[in-house]
Amino acid sequence: MRKYNVDVVYGLYDDEEKLLHAIRKAKNNHLEIFDVYTPFPVHGMDQALGLSESRLHIAGFVYGALGTLTGFLGMTWIFTRDWPIIFGGKPYWSVPAFIPITFEMTVLFAAWGMTITFYTICGLWPGVENPQVDLRTTDDKFCLAFDTNEVSVSDAKSFFSDSGAEEVNTKSI
Amino acid sequence: MSAGVVAPVRRPLIEGHKTYHQITEDLCSPTEKAPTRAWVIAFIISASVLAFGLFCIVWTIWMGIGSWGANRTIGWAYDITNFVWWIGIGHAGTLISAILLLFRQRWRTGVNRAAEAMTIFAVICAAMFPLIHVGRIWVVFYFFPYPNTRGSLWPNFNSPLLWDVFAISTYFSVSLLFWYTGLVPDFASIRNRATGLRKKIYNGLSFGWTGSAKHWQRWESLSLVLAGLSTPLVLSVHTIVSFDFATSVIPGWHTTIFPPYFVAGAIFSGFAMVQTLMVITRKILKLEEYITLEHIESMNKVILVTGTIVGVAYLTELFIAWYSGYVYEQFAFFNRAMGVYWWSYFGMMTCNVISPQIFWVKKFRRSVLITFIMSIFVNIGMWFERFVIIATTLARDYLPSSWSYYKPTWVEIGIFIGTIGLFFTLYMIFTRVAPVVAIAEVKHILKVGGDQYIGENATHSHSNDLDHSHSKSHSDHGHH
Repeated sequence: MRKYNVDVVYGLYDDEEKLLHAIRKAKNNHLEIFDVYTPFPVHGMDQALGLSESRLHIAGFVYGALGTLTGFLGMTWIFTRDWPIIFGGKPYWSVPAFIPITFEMTVLFAAWGMTITFYTICGLWPGVENPQVDLRTTDDKFCLAFDTNEVSVSDAKSFFSDSGAEEVNTKSI
Repeated sequence: MSAGVVAPVRRPLIEGHKTYHQITEDLCSPTEKAPTRAWVIAFIISASVLAFGLFCIVWTIWMGIGSWGANRTIGWAYDITNFVWWIGIGHAGTLISAILLLFRQRWRTGVNRAAEAMTIFAVICAAMFPLIHVGRIWVVFYFFPYPNTRGSLWPNFNSPLLWDVFAISTYFSVSLLFWYTGLVPDFASIRNRATGLRKKIYNGLSFGWTGSAKHWQRWESLSLVLAGLSTPLVLSVHTIVSFDFATSVIPGWHTTIFPPYFVAGAIFSGFAMVQTLMVITRKILKLEEYITLEHIESMNKVILVTGTIVGVAYLTELFIAWYSGYVYEQFAFFNRAMGVYWWSYFGMMTCNVISPQIFWVKKFRRSVLITFIMSIFVNIGMWFERFVIIATTLARDYLPSSWSYYKPTWVEIGIFIGTIGLFFTLYMIFTRVAPVVAIAEVKHILKVGGDQYIGENATHSHSNDLDHSHSKSHSDHGHH
């Protein structure tokens, strides 16, 4: 099991709107949020938390371009340099016939590259046991966690009771 | 916030006043209970059919292609028909998950998981046929361009058959990534309910997912780009399959209409297979509140549209054959409708073009029984379509002296039935291992698709304009 070596104090909410409300409130009170765990992607949460936009799609473009070049230049090299063969009286470098495979290579590289990047930067991989704050966050609870080094437990508790959390707990993860 | 705007005409997509917890409960529990008697019996049947199919495959490889009915005139027959049929079926999953995601069609969430699984299994079934047909399956890796000691000798990149290798392997692997990435959060839901070994297995499957905010953000970004990539990909796959025929110089195959016509047919047959599976799945796993009549009706509309497109394509082909003034082309189409295989043309026209027209009537679109029968009809009709294109065209070629007739042998029929067994075996294992409906995605649309929020049974007061106010007014709801 991986460890973050952090003591967290966390509150559980039963609705995403309450969570969003609490996030905004914590931001206004300048309380440093450790992380938020939700059962599904809550829209508006990225802005509320001030998360910068994911650059994953830029990586996807780069991988795709790499695929395009690999496919097209690979076929070009093979059919004009390495082993030129005439098929059906057409030129060695018959570009239109290379389009389908170039396209497939673009998609293949972009999809695999992005997916592998996604799992790597998120620290998700088969066999990894990431610490979980509360098991119910994959069911119906929306969890907001503070690092106890940043926010004292008593401050956190009063914040959670004001913002309508159902339950407040502490945990070392 | 997660809501957006809901038009008053929208009807609920999730019935039964579900809470988030109830959704987890309903969708995880089929994987947690012991299999029912019906499941065990059905599994034994499909596994036995699969075993017979494997026997027939081994028979073919052992005895040689001579054990098939294909002959010198009709070199492509049953197995290519089956290959194209399965590949077509494999198109609906990506269509539902990718194209409907881009079009923001919320009803996709009820059926996308199972449809994507179906896609992957159908592509596996499809891949069996060319793999067997190459004859020497143990050197099948020659298809891939890798530096080798034979020269290096490369495959022919100008050949549509090689494009097929690239298209189908890309399609399979990208669909698998898309499907699995969607499954990861749901495997985490199952993991957090489990104990012991089961927990360990599902932790492995869920890659250690925690549901952290940044992970969700990246997950959505990845899903969106994969959807954007899969959309042209799915269209390219059947386009390239149609090139196998369209780039040849055989009358009846050498037509520019093939790519769009094949893609429409693929979506048509894919949706039919989704309907066949969904009608059974929702009944057996008691998911009627998640896969509602609304979903079935939406899919029936797609079937009606694509079936009609296919019908227009058939008529266009006939018209162009006549209008071209080219006797060989004219003969090819006359032969399809009136020749030795007239019955398959008749079956194709009846099942694909005429029968879906009943879906103009709302009552039929919303009838589960009619939907099920129609879905079988469409599956049969689309099989006939491929048979018509392949066997009928080859049976009457340029030289009357080599005209021939094709009948499948028991080995070929066995392999085909075997792939159906393979398909159902894989699907049934899937229903035991993974949630058949995407849990996180259904929760995500609950406040815009749940019947307590919209529709005539809504218990929550509702303003028809922006529903920021609406979500707030229900913030006391959630779960009790």
